[in-house]
Amino acid sequence: METIHMQGPVCPIPLKHNETIVMGHGAGGKMSQELIRDLFQQVFDYEALKVGNDFGLVPLPADLPRPGRLAVSTDMHMVTPLFFPGGDIGRLAICGTVNDIAMSGGIPLALTAGFILEEGLPMQTLAQVAASMRAAADEAGVQIAAGDTKVAEKGSADQLFINTAGVAWVPDDIRIGGQYARPGDKVLVSGTLGDHGIAVLAARGELGFDADVESDVAPLNHLIAAVLAAAPHTHVLRDPTRGGLGTSLNEITHQAKVSIWLDENRLPVKPVVQAACEMLGFDPLYIANEGKLIVICPAEEADAALEAMRSHPYGQGAALLGEVRAADPGKVLLRTLIGGTRLVDSLSGEILPRIC
Amino acid sequence: MELLRHFRSPDYARAVLDELHRITTRHWVIMEICGGQTHAIMQYGIDQLLPEKIELVHGPGCPVCVTPLELIDKALAIAAMPNVIFTSFGDMLRVPGSHQDLFSIRAAGGQVKTVYSPLDAVKIARENPDKEVVFFAIGFETTAPANVMAVIQAQNLGLTNFSILVSQALVPPAMHAILGSPENRVQGFLAAGHVCSIMGTQEYPPVAEQYRIPIVVTGFEPLDLLNGILMTVRQLEAGTCEVHNAYPRVVTQEGNLPAQAMIRKVYQVCDRQWRGIGMIPQSGWCLRPEYGAFDAEKKFDVGHIQTQESEICISGEVLQGRKKPHQCPAFGTLCTPRTPLGATMVSSEGACAAYYNFSRSGIAE
Repeated sequence: METIHMQGPVCPIPLKHNETIVMGHGAGGKMSQELIRDLFQQVFDYEALKVGNDFGLVPLPADLPRPGRLAVSTDMHMVTPLFFPGGDIGRLAICGTVNDIAMSGGIPLALTAGFILEEGLPMQTLAQVAASMRAAADEAGVQIAAGDTKVAEKGSADQLFINTAGVAWVPDDIRIGGQYARPGDKVLVSGTLGDHGIAVLAARGELGFDADVESDVAPLNHLIAAVLAAAPHTHVLRDPTRGGLGTSLNEITHQAKVSIWLDENRLPVKPVVQAACEMLGFDPLYIANEGKLIVICPAEEADAALEAMRSHPYGQGAALLGEVRAADPGKVLLRTLIGGTRLVDSLSGEILPRIC
Repeated sequence: MELLRHFRSPDYARAVLDELHRITTRHWVIMEICGGQTHAIMQYGIDQLLPEKIELVHGPGCPVCVTPLELIDKALAIAAMPNVIFTSFGDMLRVPGSHQDLFSIRAAGGQVKTVYSPLDAVKIARENPDKEVVFFAIGFETTAPANVMAVIQAQNLGLTNFSILVSQALVPPAMHAILGSPENRVQGFLAAGHVCSIMGTQEYPPVAEQYRIPIVVTGFEPLDLLNGILMTVRQLEAGTCEVHNAYPRVVTQEGNLPAQAMIRKVYQVCDRQWRGIGMIPQSGWCLRPEYGAFDAEKKFDVGHIQTQESEICISGEVLQGRKKPHQCPAFGTLCTPRTPLGATMVSSEGACAAYYNFSRSGIAE
């Protein structure tokens, strides 16, 4: 039997665990504080966070048009893989909420960010995601004013989930929403459909072929400001994320009790996205976008709105898709390439690849 | 995509439609065999553009639709077993068995994976030697080569943890069943282009001759379909009943001979049940006895499972072209893609789902 040599106190010094996330990072003690100080506050060096209170104070800019209301939204983000061509979960989390609140036509003021981290997540991954969030927030011109972190046991969460919430200031004279679509309005979109969904599918390596396409994930608040300057009587702004354009337009027809008519030959779809959809039996109308904007505005402002979008980096592929009508309320109808007409329904569940 | 653009050209489509309107003098009932064709017809609104005298009825060629409920219940039972990874094409996941679907099995902790090819299932088996990996091998002649290839590959790799649950259906026996029925209305067939790309066209002249019916092998793009319909109507108007090929860029007379040889090596013809239709003799393929080790029905104890179909659902009559989806009392109410009673509402290739998604009876006119 080996001899045990005792050399003074043997109580081991705890490891620092600065390589991976462990349960202690979510316990609220010193390890949590270190994670916040050494990682999050390095990237998110906003005044509201530095003070260290349970809340973040967000001063209203002095030049905000008054009176007004707050638009509020929240969004959960989980995506596999965390990093994909054109973006990552961090950029997605910021843009998702910035876009949701910007669809009010208002001015985004602040965001919050909540993280659920899976035990074992490399610290380096978290740092990369946080840096990407900061870059997206800077691009949008919005600060992150509050945050929270919890750690889930290995296997209870898939690497990293992010919740973001946000508020925007909506001056009282802005009335934008799905319920305001009117017969005669034109329906526009800011660019090609389905890029994000196909980029993520391709990045998972499940397609069995390469699809050279990047996610369109982008903050749209500046694009929206340009549209509203050019087309001030815009009735609806909507970002067609999960469920795609088809599902978003269906929501609008139900809200406003109108129908929307589309021309299939006007739908902007990248050839690589179209090809991937053909092979899998998908319809680009139902594939997710993360940086596209639907604009529904009076016919007389449609050209100006299109022009404004096309002058912006995120709206270069903008297109007129069709129009709003009074008949057949609640329906989206599509004039097909060869002149037939078909119903475009909402997506009913998960998109499933077809057998043959 | 550039090639496809020509097969979706509005100008060419108009020219074919004009010709169809010019030559059609009588009411004709034409069946497109394949669910992919039904889907394209509805997707492009082709049915609305045809002369009123041409009636399209939708055939039994949706592999998801004709898979018997009993086999789906067996699939669910296998997928729920603790040591099994159950793999399937995507649209099979939503198909309801008697009580649940593969989604609910997955939610309850079963390992259910969507694959794009049966060979991916073999790969999963290789990577998980301690699990039983089962692939749901459904389909017509089109999917058979890849399905048997998976078995051959598993055998070559010496895998003992891979098996397939077979539901392979054959088109020509279904055509016999439809044409031999006293209630048959079908006067012309658009044969399924992709089935013929494997099997060729030589199975069809005897059918055309026996039932005095024109058969035109047809593809899936709008122009393919319109051209197939035109070639069928020309024959109907002229009173001829031959087999023509309107999909020569893909289909040859002899078909894919190496694929056929591989299928014969692994599969043998057998009787099979068709959901909604019933038993059709010699209408399917099953594994040859020497490949019995790869047969999931033998490997897992599911022989006791027996199931009855829904009494309201008319999918059998829809699959045989006797009724249209919207003639079903449950269509769009009790039965929708989210709550399907029969398989024709489940797959995007199913006639009921195509009607529901793209037209919902008369809306889009």
